[in-house]
Amino acid sequence: MVFHLDKCIGCHTCSVACKNIWTDRKGTEYMWWNNVETKPGTGYPTLWEDQEKYKGGWDREEDGKIHLRLHGRKGGLGNIFYNPALPTIDDYYEPWTYDYENLFNAPEGDDQPTARAVSMITGKPMDNIEAGPNWDDDLGGSPLYARNDPNLDELTEDEREQLNEIERVVFFYLPRICNHCLNPGCVAACPAGAIYKRGEDGIVLISQEKCRAWRMCISGCPYKKTYYNWSSGKSEKCILCFPRLESGQPPACFHSCVGRIRYLGVLLYDADQIEKCASVPNEELVAAQRDMIQDPFDPEVIKAAKANGISDAMIASAQNSPVYKFVKKWQIALPLHPDFRTLPMLYYVPPMLPVLAKTKDGNYDVDGLEKENLPAMLSSLEKARMPIKYMASLFSAGNIKEVEDVYRKLIAVRIFKRAQKVKDYQKSEVDAALAQGNTTADEVEAIFRLTALPTYEERFVVPPLGREVAVEAWEVPLDRKREAGFGVRNKIAKRKF
Amino acid sequence: MFDNALFIGFPYMAIAIAIAVTIYRFFFDPYSVSSQSSQFLENRKLFFGSVPWHYGVIIILLGHLTALLFPGAWGLFTANQTRLYIIEIIGLALALMATIGLIFLLYRRMSNARAQAVTSELDWILLIVLFLQVGLGFWVAYYYRWGSDWYLHTAVPWLVSLLKFQPDITYVTALPFWVKFHFLNGFVIALLLPFTRLVHLLVYPLSYLWREHQVVIWNKARH
Ligand code: HEM
Ligand code: SF4
Ligand code: SF4
Repeated sequence: MVFHLDKCIGCHTCSVACKNIWTDRKGTEYMWWNNVETKPGTGYPTLWEDQEKYKGGWDREEDGKIHLRLHGRKGGLGNIFYNPALPTIDDYYEPWTYDYENLFNAPEGDDQPTARAVSMITGKPMDNIEAGPNWDDDLGGSPLYARNDPNLDELTEDEREQLNEIERVVFFYLPRICNHCLNPGCVAACPAGAIYKRGEDGIVLISQEKCRAWRMCISGCPYKKTYYNWSSGKSEKCILCFPRLESGQPPACFHSCVGRIRYLGVLLYDADQIEKCASVPNEELVAAQRDMIQDPFDPEVIKAAKANGISDAMIASAQNSPVYKFVKKWQIALPLHPDFRTLPMLYYVPPMLPVLAKTKDGNYDVDGLEKENLPAMLSSLEKARMPIKYMASLFSAGNIKEVEDVYRKLIAVRIFKRAQKVKDYQKSEVDAALAQGNTTADEVEAIFRLTALPTYEERFVVPPLGREVAVEAWEVPLDRKREAGFGVRNKIAKRKF
Repeated sequence: MFDNALFIGFPYMAIAIAIAVTIYRFFFDPYSVSSQSSQFLENRKLFFGSVPWHYGVIIILLGHLTALLFPGAWGLFTANQTRLYIIEIIGLALALMATIGLIFLLYRRMSNARAQAVTSELDWILLIVLFLQVGLGFWVAYYYRWGSDWYLHTAVPWLVSLLKFQPDITYVTALPFWVKFHFLNGFVIALLLPFTRLVHLLVYPLSYLWREHQVVIWNKARH
């Protein structure tokens, strides 16, 4: 999966599509399997990135081994009666509705009747609503939300101050769903072993029949993408709309995305490398994760994939995968918080950064631009308003070079296309940008095409589960061959011959 | 006759129903098996309730079970006065811990609106019956001293006789009322077990100690 952040307009259509399909049941009102948060900001649930508090993901020890931050095996069983790192409903928000009936049923009186807010948990009136879905939407620069973003810790005092200046406020949207990680913390933390990764497509699911409400996955996931259904006593999470995927459609949030920022496709990887890859030092995490992804055109890889029972159609999907292009071929998409070491499978193309500017004598002046004779509106790494360290904290475990490389290439695309259309760049400048971005004119055109003009089929390359073999996703057809009739819940006696 | 019904009929009925319903639940309704954690809605009081309650009650239960399974060894162990004192004191302390924990749990469900929203009638019945049981246990341990010793000569042979299907209630019928109440209430709890959230104690996830961290499941048979 790739989310192209430059294209996200923060409309929350994705969240609403998901909510309407999956989480409008009792106990799930507060859940947003897909949420879009404003960065810098504290996010949903509040301060989810703060693993001192929530103990999500994996920690690397001196000796290079990783262990769950939440608990060891014995600790997990010892803490089972009370999970010290569990977020509570107040870290999300208490869901509410309004007492609309009162508008019709209130007895006659001197005042207009009102529809009071009522808690969807207790049914009692809520006089003070202190948090809600997207409570900090667009509040870049706000003292309560933006300033408490854990990623700002890396910045100097000056840099942080500058982000609060009204004319320099900068923010962007970060849509988040479950990353369907390769080394998921949720799976590893579950004492009951109720969470699993589907071999066929890598979707991470919670078996509702095996979940016993030991509620460890909620802490174990560093992205806080498993949620506790307080009514059913089961944990739930994003299922990547697998019923849609199985019939060839992209997940609802992908399909409905207004900015068309979402891309879905197959990546081939070597599962034996997972642990090694999750254990490298912070600076190497992004590169290691990229290295793990295999080239679907390499005959060796194809042979190995086939030997592992991967269908030709799946391999074809991998060759056609937009995700492979963004992540591995062009290397402009990065994982969110690789430092959590769960090897997330959702990659982000970071957003272009507005340049540093100030109003001087009523004019909008980009610092020093005149001197360097640069066009004012194009992004520049050196003059980026959002310190690159911040982006590195989000997308590369602090490795500045990884993020800079991505931006240099993205800037090259901008300059190249601007020179082509607006013609206010010299050829020498374009060539310099291409060289700096370590890219070529052809690659730039391809990136531009898949970024700006992709068709539905180019964005979503869902591997076909051919109708004739679709049943194999559910059961082994040979097992059913000699059985009479249908049966899902109860086993049917098998004909002997 | 009445004693027979209480000390033979009722235990057999309770255990038979408990086993049948538990099996039914595990095989036909595994979805319903859950500890129904409510920590997500109320965190602080739960800590002071759940932790002492569980550590107290589980160790005490294990004590009961050990004495039942290895009466010989247990008898030898408590034959020494110092050790008997130690066992009794530890037992009392744990019972106190469990009782205090349970009081917190009861208070929590009474006082917190969110916890109330997920509390059923059965939850109340269970909490009250459990409270009765630890309360009675504490009372018995305090007033009829050296229970860790006389338990071996009263309840244990009675339970063993039940297990052997040669019920002999003479071991228990002459005991004081409160002691008998404690015994029988134990079977009330066994009866409640499959009908309430108490089933969660049967699914203690011990396999977490050795299972692979990551779980991958293929729908399709792999050759
Ligand atoms: C065998 C190991 C056991 C485990 C792993 C276990 C675990 C748990 C968990 C996770 C909860 C939910 C706490 C929460 O709300 O977050 C719970 C609640 C409870 N457990 Fe256990 N338990 C065990 C044994 C027992 C035993 C032996 C009893 C009683 C005989 C017991 C009685 C209860 C009761 C009454 C509650 C409900 C407390 C409340 O919320 O009011 N448990 N247990
Ligand atoms: S992001 Fe998804 S797969 Fe990864 S740890 Fe969290 S819930 Fe599990
Ligand atoms: S629907 Fe697309 S553009 Fe809108 S908020 Fe979601 S990810 Fe962003």
